[in-house]
Amino acid sequence: MSEIVLKTENLGISFGGLKAVQELNLNIKKGQLYGLVGPNGAGKTTVFNMITGVYKPTTGKFWLDDENLTGKGQETINHKGIARTFQNIRLFNNMSVIRNVMVGLHNQSEFKCGVMASIFRLPIHFKTEKAMRARAKEILRVVGLEEERNNLSCNLPYGKQRKLEIARALATSPKLLCLDEPAAGMNPHETAELMEIIRRIRDEFQVTILLIEHDMKFVSGLCDEITVLNFGTELAQGKPEVALNDPEVIKAYIGG
Amino acid sequence: MAGIYQKLKPYLNYVVIGVLTLVFAVLSLTGGLRSSDIYMLEKIAISIMLAVSLSMVVGFLGELSLGHAGFMCVGAYLGGKCSCILEPTLGEIPALIVSLLVGGAVAALFGVIIGLPALRLRGDYLAIVTLAFGEIVRSVFMNSSDESFGGSLGLETPRFDKYTLFIIALVLVLACLAVTQNLIRSKHGRAITSIRDNEIAARATGINVTKYKLIVFTVSSFFAGIAGVLYSYSNYTVQSTKFSYNYSIEILVMVVLGGMGSINGSIIAATLITFLDMKLQTILTGNLAVLQDLFYALILILIVIYNNASAFKDFREKYNLKALWAKFKKHDPAHIKDDEAKWDRVPSKIKVDEVLSVDLQTTSPYTPDKGKKGDK
Amino acid sequence: MNFIETLINGLSIGSTYAMIALGYTMVYGIAKMLNFAHGDVIMVGGYMLYVTLTATGNPILGLLAAVVFCMLLGITIEKVAYKPLRGASPLAVLITAIGVSYLLQSTAQIIFGSAPKMVNVASLGNVSFVGLTIPVYVLVTLVCSLVIMTALSLFVKFTRTGRAMIAVSEDKGAAQLMGINVNRIIMITFAIGSALAAFAGLFMLMKSPSLTNTLGAMPGIKAFTAAVIGGIGSIPGAMLGGILMGVVEAISLKIPLIAPYTDAIEFLILILILLVRPTGIMGKKRREKV
Repeated sequence: MSEIVLKTENLGISFGGLKAVQELNLNIKKGQLYGLVGPNGAGKTTVFNMITGVYKPTTGKFWLDDENLTGKGQETINHKGIARTFQNIRLFNNMSVIRNVMVGLHNQSEFKCGVMASIFRLPIHFKTEKAMRARAKEILRVVGLEEERNNLSCNLPYGKQRKLEIARALATSPKLLCLDEPAAGMNPHETAELMEIIRRIRDEFQVTILLIEHDMKFVSGLCDEITVLNFGTELAQGKPEVALNDPEVIKAYIGG
Repeated sequence: MAGIYQKLKPYLNYVVIGVLTLVFAVLSLTGGLRSSDIYMLEKIAISIMLAVSLSMVVGFLGELSLGHAGFMCVGAYLGGKCSCILEPTLGEIPALIVSLLVGGAVAALFGVIIGLPALRLRGDYLAIVTLAFGEIVRSVFMNSSDESFGGSLGLETPRFDKYTLFIIALVLVLACLAVTQNLIRSKHGRAITSIRDNEIAARATGINVTKYKLIVFTVSSFFAGIAGVLYSYSNYTVQSTKFSYNYSIEILVMVVLGGMGSINGSIIAATLITFLDMKLQTILTGNLAVLQDLFYALILILIVIYNNASAFKDFREKYNLKALWAKFKKHDPAHIKDDEAKWDRVPSKIKVDEVLSVDLQTTSPYTPDKGKKGDK
Repeated sequence: MNFIETLINGLSIGSTYAMIALGYTMVYGIAKMLNFAHGDVIMVGGYMLYVTLTATGNPILGLLAAVVFCMLLGITIEKVAYKPLRGASPLAVLITAIGVSYLLQSTAQIIFGSAPKMVNVASLGNVSFVGLTIPVYVLVTLVCSLVIMTALSLFVKFTRTGRAMIAVSEDKGAAQLMGINVNRIIMITFAIGSALAAFAGLFMLMKSPSLTNTLGAMPGIKAFTAAVIGGIGSIPGAMLGGILMGVVEAISLKIPLIAPYTDAIEFLILILILLVRPTGIMGKKRREKV
């Protein structure tokens, strides 16, 4: 359990003169549920954007399984094994639920099928389509969306859309799954259910999970370890109950 | 019976076009078709091919292209020139095949060249680049020397046995349809539509956006090039004035009226528009000819406003054909078919969000994570 | 000397383009649409000028009639064709605009026929000083457009209505909440854009008097290109883009070897500039928030 999946060293980015994130050092161990918390504007989503390749960090580096991925593009980073969800949901709205997940399966090596093979309808095309559908159904079962699979994704209620995003990210078989406020907009019942699903995902898919969340009950109930950010700098790091009781952290949240 | 219908349903368009091709082929060989009918069939086949290939770019990839006629122009001139050179030595059919391949291939090459900026530019900027491309191509051919491409007088192309050309054209339509449809109804098609629906999410999901944009532009311009070669055979002469941006827009209108992301819609719209266009041309002659454009413009405006105006939304949702059909079949509208896209949801990535400014500075100050609550 | 004459000529062509480009850029920035019918408003202005000129023989009256008629036309088009589509997809609005463009062209053809009309605004002759011979219309175009463009910039920057325009362009909803009448602002934008088009029509007819129903088509497309080169949405950008296009056109037309390819060269410049700066010379770099 001590093998480090994601390591960041002095990771930082500035926009113009504003240092959005600076000197961030994360060490996320394999199989961990790691939380990234902090007040609004602390730079949490910016951290996600850096490690998924949306922004290029201006300082520092990060490694996934000892491989330096700093400055790589979004697609490459996804292929290497970091998948994410978005704070403002980004689904493929014109597609059915199952097709959203099948897009996630697109690059998996077991579903290889060339463009020409598809155009000429070679047997491998039908084989991969069938296999992809079966696998997508399997992933949807884990997040509890199997029944909805033929519905248009934009017709799903909010909570289910969040789950579908997780399913789509999961379909790319990541080593590290980054969830940006997965419980936002969910009621307490749905939140509890989501916690259960996230634990199940970690166990069934053996994936390390990094998540941003505002709901402290959610974080302390779920995460093994957290980092607290404020104004782009690290305030505290450690077990949730320890880090959240750090006087600096309390000051940042309550003010004073 | 119902089972067979369900199985055949995805291939219905091939069957319909195939059967019609056979019927018309028999008719023409027995002398049942006038030469004006044959000419119209050729024109319809060319329109369908153009509309289907453009619908890949606009309807499925979600990029707006206003230069489709430019690709057709390349195909028409190069294919036409090729047939001029080859016809005397190779004979009719081999010359046709080689010209089709050459015209398509060169157009596809231009598709790659235009696809490259598509990777960098946002929707509306790409639209103007494709328009510029079309005009550049036209201008180059228009000013070519008389010996090379005929210059402003146009290129004379060989005459082809007119009773069989439309059969070849319709067979090519089937081939175009097969390639487009098979590509769209595969994992690659899913990747392409995911780029249209949400490019950022597609990238984050590991879709190789660059590769798919290039594939779509290449395939689409290949078929536009083929349509151009057919045009040169059907017209006996290729003139650059034909391929102005007005023609690109005419093709775009076919795609938009057919419904974005619907291949069958594009086919039907292309057929109807071409048919009406040619019929009106024969009916409205002399002084009445000017009315044709007027009708065309009015119909276009009314259809688009009817289909999109928010004022008619309730009416549309209650009384459209699809809803009536769904009621008839007790079909739940929340369930959708695999390839379907909704017209009013994500029709195209063309995004108009540049703001008016009077100042000279070019970079806007950027504050990250500003107003987090507002984004939800 | 010859080069300076060409350059001045280019500046005058360019300021005509800039006037049209301003119409595109303002409508784009505020109503968020590509108004493909804008070029044809020029043509309508031209015919209005022609009608008034043949009736009264007074070019000033003709210009006034053209400007007023174009403003009314712009407002009508917006009310009838674009307003019902507010909030619809940009592509739907684009297709409607194309429909309006065809409608204007064919209506003009029905009324005035397809034979070109000669519009002799006024015989102005040439003026020479320090060894340069420059047609007077070139100077008139230059001075007029300079005055108009300066006035427009000041209007947008310093008046209440102008600031309301910028507010509507940034965020329609927020502007409405601040008590700005968005519909009125959009109407004013179309009116201003169309008035500029009428002026451009006059300048074009002073240069070459032949008037057909496609008068505005190609200049419209080129002005749109100019607006994009400058960075669409940016008022100084539209002016800069227009001037650049005009100068390139004037120089290219003077060189026999490349003169036939002038249109192609202008469009090529657009492609090259967009490759280097994907949002035009003065376009703001906007990042989609992830």
